[in-house]
Amino acid sequence: MGLYNYTIYELHEMLIKKETSSEELTRSIFQRIQKVDPYIRAYLTLAEEAALKSAKKIDKLLAAGDRVPPLAGIPMGLKDNICTSGIRTTCSSKMLENFIPPYNATVAGRLIENGAVLLGKLNMDEFAMGSSTENSRFFPTRNPWDLERVPGGSSGGSVAAVAAGEAIFTLGSDTGGSIRQPASFCGVVGMKPTYGRVSRYGLIAYASSLDQIGPITKDVTDCALVLNSIAGHDPLDSTSVDRDVPDYSSALVPEIKGLKIGIPQELFPEGMEKQVEELVRKAIEKLEEMGAVCEEVSLPHTPYALPAYYLVAPAEASSNLARYDGVRYGFRDKDAEDVVTMFMKTRSEGFGEEVKRRIMLGTYALSSGYYEAYYLKALKVRTLIRQDFDLVFKNYDVLVSPASPTVPFKFGEKSEDPLSMYKSDLCTIPINMAGLPAISVPCGFSEGLPVGLQFVGKPFDEETILRAAFAYEQNSGFHRPEPSLEVN
Amino acid sequence: MNFEAVIGLEVHAELKTKSKIFCSCTTRFGGEPNTHICPVCLGLPGSLPVINRRAIEYAIKAALALNCKIAPHSKFDRKNYYYPDLPKNYQISQYDLPLALDGYLEIELNGKTKRVRITRLHLEEDAGKLIHGGASISRADYSLVDYNRTGVPLIEIVSEPDMNSPEEARAYLDQLKAILQYTEVSDCKMQEGSLRCDANVSIRPRGSAELGTKTELKNMNSFKALQKALEYEIERQTEVLEENGTIIQETRTWDEREGVTLPLRSKEEAHDYRYFPEPDLVPLSIDRKRVEEIRAGLPELPQARKKRLIEDFKLPEYDAKVLTLSKHMAEYFDSCVKETGDAKLVSNWLMGDFSRLLNSRGMEVEDSPVPPKEMAFLLKLIKTNKISGKIGKKVLEEMFETGKGAQTIIRDKGMEQISDEKTLIPIIEKVLEVNAKTVEDYRKGKERALGFLVGQVMKKTKGKANPELVNKLLKDRL
Repeated sequence: MGLYNYTIYELHEMLIKKETSSEELTRSIFQRIQKVDPYIRAYLTLAEEAALKSAKKIDKLLAAGDRVPPLAGIPMGLKDNICTSGIRTTCSSKMLENFIPPYNATVAGRLIENGAVLLGKLNMDEFAMGSSTENSRFFPTRNPWDLERVPGGSSGGSVAAVAAGEAIFTLGSDTGGSIRQPASFCGVVGMKPTYGRVSRYGLIAYASSLDQIGPITKDVTDCALVLNSIAGHDPLDSTSVDRDVPDYSSALVPEIKGLKIGIPQELFPEGMEKQVEELVRKAIEKLEEMGAVCEEVSLPHTPYALPAYYLVAPAEASSNLARYDGVRYGFRDKDAEDVVTMFMKTRSEGFGEEVKRRIMLGTYALSSGYYEAYYLKALKVRTLIRQDFDLVFKNYDVLVSPASPTVPFKFGEKSEDPLSMYKSDLCTIPINMAGLPAISVPCGFSEGLPVGLQFVGKPFDEETILRAAFAYEQNSGFHRPEPSLEVN
Repeated sequence: MNFEAVIGLEVHAELKTKSKIFCSCTTRFGGEPNTHICPVCLGLPGSLPVINRRAIEYAIKAALALNCKIAPHSKFDRKNYYYPDLPKNYQISQYDLPLALDGYLEIELNGKTKRVRITRLHLEEDAGKLIHGGASISRADYSLVDYNRTGVPLIEIVSEPDMNSPEEARAYLDQLKAILQYTEVSDCKMQEGSLRCDANVSIRPRGSAELGTKTELKNMNSFKALQKALEYEIERQTEVLEENGTIIQETRTWDEREGVTLPLRSKEEAHDYRYFPEPDLVPLSIDRKRVEEIRAGLPELPQARKKRLIEDFKLPEYDAKVLTLSKHMAEYFDSCVKETGDAKLVSNWLMGDFSRLLNSRGMEVEDSPVPPKEMAFLLKLIKTNKISGKIGKKVLEEMFETGKGAQTIIRDKGMEQISDEKTLIPIIEKVLEVNAKTVEDYRKGKERALGFLVGQVMKKTKGKANPELVNKLLKDRL
């Protein structure tokens, strides 16, 4: 067993007991990356020198017998839409291929302050638009469980890195399922916190009212540890909420007797794979065995979540991505003779197909004469979706569903058909539309491919879903599955 | 046919908060290009806006002074358009829920008071500045952009089309500027761009209630330009209609050099701004208590101050108006009166030579190189006949030129008034001797001859003789 197989809390113990050092750990992860990343291709940028420097700093503190936070000395990776000072942050786009931010995202800053060691930046669908990481303008990332299949997306690199032992934990971002769907595909734990729980400052925006950063870890215990250090109000993000942050680790009690769990039938969408449904139903039985009360519930407006999402998100994206025009930073077409041509050529070449598709969708949805019919209506639908959840949560503590309707698909299987790709997020999008916290944990395998179980919570009640997910994880027998990556 | 103009104004004023509307960069005017910037006002990827509470307070203050109703709930929206001076290619502004609505201000013209309604007042961020390397935008070899101004808070004040002449529009802008200065929310310096004005103008047969097709005028960089542009545009529209043509709804730009308005873009070419609620900011809830506190703290406004000048100092209405349109002028006036105790004298000088000297230098009162204390000192010398008014003018010019005090200038140039009889008598006697014929004329009853003799004495003394004393001494001897 290599050091890369351990969790944060295990490594923390080992560091304190001097069974290993952060430098040794960091070096071993870089070795692991060197070995497996040519196959997985999770990383876009590595920061080895800086990482070893931070690791040595932590080792000095440890040697001096200082108390260090649980993340100190632990190697991590960040999705490449999270700005890192002095380290290239590309969003997997040609547009930002050489963009080096002069500042850290708030989450990056908090993790670094907590001593986490930044290994590098992780591949993703361009500007977080996609569900397979095939939309990266650089290269696709592969699923460690089957190299011919996608890792999911858009946080494909972040998730594959954790699954393949190329980082102890990572951060992703989730706008419509971009943490939970790939977590499901790669057999790891991925959480999208409540909208407003974690600062978005420094997260390169896709859809501002939906984007949320969250942890990707090997298990629920690690998830709570990472959430502890990234959650909380940030004066630089007006949409981050000023509420106390509980100690999420203390929520991890493997006890769910009497917990009221709702099973929303709409989150078991038509066209979902039979085996996925079976595994999820089996997990629900397990939860009942453990004493939870599981009942079918209905969220009648959720079938409209996907179409509404594909109006709201692209509308915001069309505006958020307007700044990439070649004037100040990033890619610029050098041949244009005038400014309008420069805008057009820069954006035509700098953005990939899916990004351009969504910019056009969003521009159209906001156009005068269409605004009421599309964007405004989508906002109203969003309100109805939120009300559905509010109503159900009057009687239930947690909702449970699949995190994805399918197991990981093969490269190219959906990339030519945007609609079928969009449907990969059917189980996750309604949760973003309602701004709720949700977590995906492994719940078994369908023909050797991981399947994820999603727990959805009340706003700002990450504790309850962590507890339920932890209890399930401890009793399911699917705790920390590891792919048998046979690479040379 | 007899036409009547219908004019509405859209005014943008920069708020003089210390920091920008969504970040902590300074709002100071000038500075090396691109030095008052940060990731937020540059719109770098991942940066987010945070509202400057002070900007909201300033906007509320302005709105209350303009008799607006403050909306209990308000929000920001994104106005999307591509322009290189706009780093995010959208402007954070307010669309359907502006901060304030439904106000008015009163203008006075030819002794009549007219109320101009204000539709709305909202907050937004300013854009940067483009500098084109070449003859014009379209023919520039290159363009440079300075983002120092990006994100400076602006209020946009939209009037109803309640004005019917360029003079009324001018009076509205004068009054608006005065109110914004009195409330200390804006410097309103048109030459620095902290006050900008667009106009909507149409014409209709006098007496008609229907509105004609309007054009929007842009690029008026001074009060005078606004008036001239409106005059030109009204005449142009009148000519079009008189020749049975139709007015095209379009945006036109004022060409200061040629003195004409030129088409900029047609209605069809108008931007679709694709407004939508700004998702990076939370909606604003305005605290009523705070609004009332701000209302209670409003300073004396120009019209009240004007009334006070008329009542306290018996100044003519016109003088009082001119002196109170600028808060700085009103304050300058007050401190000069306090020192000299002669309101009429102060008023005459401030409205006359002082204003002329400022205007010729393109300066505002607050930039005056002559502080009020020095001005008052000069006026006291005049009042006590230490120097004549004529000399006073010269001294004031010198004060503007050199920044030196009146005392120094008078001493250095030997400009003190000669009120000493012993010095004057020999000069007067000499003048009488040389101008025997004129003396004769006077004695025969030609009153005007005296003036000539006084003039001769003044000439001999280089204007320094006390004219009253010269008069007296001459009369004694005639």
